[in-house]
Amino acid sequence: MLNFTIRRLIIAVPTLLFIAVVIFGLLQLAPGDPMAQVPLTVPPEVKERMREALGLGQPIHIQFWKWLVQFFWVEPQVLIDHIFGSHFADGKLRVLSWQTRSPVMDIVVQRMPQTLWVVGMSYIVGILIALPIGIYSAYRQYSIFDQLGTFIAMIGFSVPTFFTGVLLIVIFSVNMDHGSFWWFPSIYDTTLKVTDWASFGQQIRQMAMPVTVLALYNAAQISRFMRASMLDNLNQDYVRTARAKGVGERAVVMVHVLRNSLIPVVTVIALGVPQVFGGAIITEQVFKVNGLGQLLIGAIEANDLPMVQTLTFIFAVLIVLFNLIADVLYGILDPRIRYD
Amino acid sequence: MTEPTHTPKPVAPTGATLAGGPLPEPMPSAPPRSQWVDVWHQFRHHKGAMAGGIVFLFIVLAVFLGPYLWDLDPSKIDFRARNNGPTWAHPFGTDQLGRDMMARLMAGGQVSLAVGITAMLLALFLGSLVGILAGYFRRLDNILMRITDLFLALPLLPLLLVMVLLFREPLSATFGIETGIFILIVTAIGVTSWMPTARIVRGDVLALKEREFVLAARSIGTTNLMMILRHILPNVISPIVVSATLGIANAIITESALSFLGLGFPPDFPTWGRLLFDAVDYMQQNPERVVMPGIAISLTVLSVNYLGDGLRDALDPRIRGR
Repeated sequence: MLNFTIRRLIIAVPTLLFIAVVIFGLLQLAPGDPMAQVPLTVPPEVKERMREALGLGQPIHIQFWKWLVQFFWVEPQVLIDHIFGSHFADGKLRVLSWQTRSPVMDIVVQRMPQTLWVVGMSYIVGILIALPIGIYSAYRQYSIFDQLGTFIAMIGFSVPTFFTGVLLIVIFSVNMDHGSFWWFPSIYDTTLKVTDWASFGQQIRQMAMPVTVLALYNAAQISRFMRASMLDNLNQDYVRTARAKGVGERAVVMVHVLRNSLIPVVTVIALGVPQVFGGAIITEQVFKVNGLGQLLIGAIEANDLPMVQTLTFIFAVLIVLFNLIADVLYGILDPRIRYD
Repeated sequence: MTEPTHTPKPVAPTGATLAGGPLPEPMPSAPPRSQWVDVWHQFRHHKGAMAGGIVFLFIVLAVFLGPYLWDLDPSKIDFRARNNGPTWAHPFGTDQLGRDMMARLMAGGQVSLAVGITAMLLALFLGSLVGILAGYFRRLDNILMRITDLFLALPLLPLLLVMVLLFREPLSATFGIETGIFILIVTAIGVTSWMPTARIVRGDVLALKEREFVLAARSIGTTNLMMILRHILPNVISPIVVSATLGIANAIITESALSFLGLGFPPDFPTWGRLLFDAVDYMQQNPERVVMPGIAISLTVLSVNYLGDGLRDALDPRIRGR
C-alpha cells in the first residue's frame, strides 16, 4: 500500500507539471493587456517599465520557471514563516496578483473560509441526506419510497444549481415577507462575526440557501451510488448465509451489507470533493459568497493572469490529490483490492 | 475468452431423416426479430424513458417548429410593452425592452439545443475515436489513456471559462459574432467532455477484440479499417448511444452555466441560460421570467436523462426481456 501511494505520488508530479504547462500556455494566448486600466496620461516608457516590473518582458519559459519557483519554493517558505515565525521568505518575490498587487496566496487564504464553510457544509449535509435515502430505497426496491427517491434524485441532478439557487431566492427572499421566519438573505455577508447566539443564528440563516442548493445536488448523486451499491450487496450469498444463521434483519442490513456497500461510496465521495469546489463556482456567484469561485470569476474578467493560473492550478492539485486519496482509501477499505 | 451462451448445434439433418426423424427441427413460429426491434420492445416498457422521450420530442418540436406558429420577432423592441406579465398578446410576458418572451424562449431553445447536440456529437466523435484507437491498437493504448487521465485531472469549469474568455475575440472576428461564439462554445464543451466515452468504449473494444468473430474476420483478411467499421463499431454502439444522451444533458447544462456566468453568448443572442441570467436583475418585478427558462433547461435535461436511463436498460441484453 505504501509502495503504491509513493508510486502514485511520483506519477502525480509530471501530471501536475503538465497541467501547469497547459494552463500557463492557454493563459499566454490571452489577448488582454494588464496595462489597459492604466490612465492614458502615463507616458509609454513608464508603462513599459511597469510591464517589466510585472515580469512581462521576459521570455515565456523564464516566466513559467519564475512562477514555479514562487509557487513551489517561496510560498511554502512563507507558510513556514507564518507558522514558526522564522524569516526564510524575507525579501523574496511571491506570486503577485495584477489586480491588487498583493500576494495571491494571501487573498486565497482570505477567501478560503467562506468556501470551506458553505461548500464543505453542503457536502456534509448532502452525504447525511443521501446515505439513509440510498440505503432505504435499496432495501425496499421498487417501493413507493424508492420510486419517489429515484424521481427526486433524477430531478436533483437534472436541475442546474443556478436555477435552484435563483428559484430559492425568488421564493424565500423576494416573495417572502421580510419579517417572516421563512425570509432568508440572498446575499452572503462575509463581515458578519459570530459572537453570540443572535449572530450565530444570522450566520446559519445566510448559509441556509446556498447549502441547501448544493446539498440537494450532491445528495442526488451520492444517493444513487449508495442505492446501486446496496443493491449489489443485498443479492450476495453472504447475506443469505447471515439470514440463514439467524442474524437479526437490522444487523444484516446495517452491519453486513452497509459496511460492504460503503466501500465504493466512500471513494465516490472522495472523488467528488474537488468537483464540489468547481461546481460551487456557480452557486457562489448566485448567492454572492465571496469564496474561491467568485475570486476566480473576478480574476478571469479582470485578466489577472497570475491569479487565474494559481487558482486553476490549486483546483488541479485538489483533483489529483483526491483521486489519489480515493484509490488509497479503496485499497485500505477493501482488502480484496491489491495494487502491487 | 469463451462464450457462455454458445451451445454446439446438432448437425443439420439430411433430407432422408428430416421427414421421419425422431427429432425434427422445430419450425420457428415467428419471423426472426432484429436487435433493434428487441430494443424498442424493451424501451417501450420503461415508463420513465417513454415519458422522457415524448417530452424531449415535444420540446424539440416546440422550439424548432414553434416559431412558424408564433411568428413574433424575438428581437423586436416594443417600449410600450415593457416588463409585462402574461397577457393574451404575450402569453409569457415581455422583457425589459418589450421583447416577446415566448418568441425569445423558442429562439433561445434553438441555440441551447443546437449547442447541446453539436457539442455532444463532437465529444462523442472524439471519445469514440480515442476509445477505439486505444482499445484496438495496443501500441496507442498507453499514451492515449495517459492523455485521457490528464484531461480528467484538469479543472474543467475554470479552464472552460478561461478558454471562452480568451478565444472570444479572435473567433468572433473571423467567423462573425454568432458563428464564432457558437464554434467556440461547442468546441470548448466537446473538448472537455469526451473522456468518459473514451474510457467506456476502450473497455468494450478490449473485450471485443478477443472474441472469435474478430478472429474469423481477420482470418479472411479483413483490414484494420474495415474491421473497426464493420465489426467493432456496431458492437460498441450501445454504450455510445447511452453516453450520447448523457452528453446532451451535460452540454446543455454547461452552456447555460457559461451563459449564466455572463461568459456565453452575447446579450442580444438569446439562449436559455442567457435569458435566465438577464432575468435575475428583474427578479422582484417579474419572477416568472426567471422560472420559465429554468424550467425549460431542467425539463430538457430531465427528459434526456430519463431517455438515457431507458436506453441503457433497453440496450443491455442481460436486462432485456425481464
